[in-house]
Amino acid sequence: MAVRVQTADFDVGIETRALLGGRTDVGAIVTFTGTVRGEAKGRPITSMTLEHYPGMTEAELERVEAEAQARWPLSASLIIHRVGVLRPGDNIVLVVTASAHRHAAFGAAEFLMDYLKSRAPFWKKETGVDGAGSWVDARDTDLAALERWTKLPEVE
Amino acid sequence: MTVTLLYFAWVRERIGKSSETLTLPAGVVTIADVIRFLATRGPEFAHAFEKPEVIRAAIDKTHVRPDAPIAGAREIAFFPPVTGG
Repeated sequence: MAVRVQTADFDVGIETRALLGGRTDVGAIVTFTGTVRGEAKGRPITSMTLEHYPGMTEAELERVEAEAQARWPLSASLIIHRVGVLRPGDNIVLVVTASAHRHAAFGAAEFLMDYLKSRAPFWKKETGVDGAGSWVDARDTDLAALERWTKLPEVE
Repeated sequence: MTVTLLYFAWVRERIGKSSETLTLPAGVVTIADVIRFLATRGPEFAHAFEKPEVIRAAIDKTHVRPDAPIAGAREIAFFPPVTGG
């Protein structure tokens, strides 16, 4: 169980092995990697800058992770979120969930992404080819994705 | 009361600074009161807080709603809706 906020890149394989290497109680591992798209609203971007609220970000991610632990029988979980200046194609976020069975691992991974997108204090600013920066708007679809979980019963 | 105020993303850019320590006047009791007060502190603050309904807030690193009381707060942050992930 861990959360990390960092400027450095991450490697999915290395992180997964570090989290789960040698364990034999795990039957399902789900990894989700979010990456920087090279366009926004049909226009190319040259970079994406991620700002965050140090201290609160980690606290929110830990709250989200604890909520997932309470809802699903997870063997382990990991959230890594990058901050700073990123380029198209770069990794932004990694979520790893592990459980004895796949339903818990899939469900928890999607839940973690939906929750962190709407609760963790990160803000994205995209820079276009003309050098102009534009803050990304929060998406209604992300909020709708979150509300879906509040209506679901706890999952075995 | 005296608190540390933090600003993030376009709220920070519009105000022109990321933090300050401020003594709030009596009568400022809730987050919504703080926003109304801050908006009177000059054109840059008026611009940052021109749409209070889109401003999010945290007290001591926990999300709060506009009607949350600020009594006992050490750090209050204002920011746009979050866009991580």
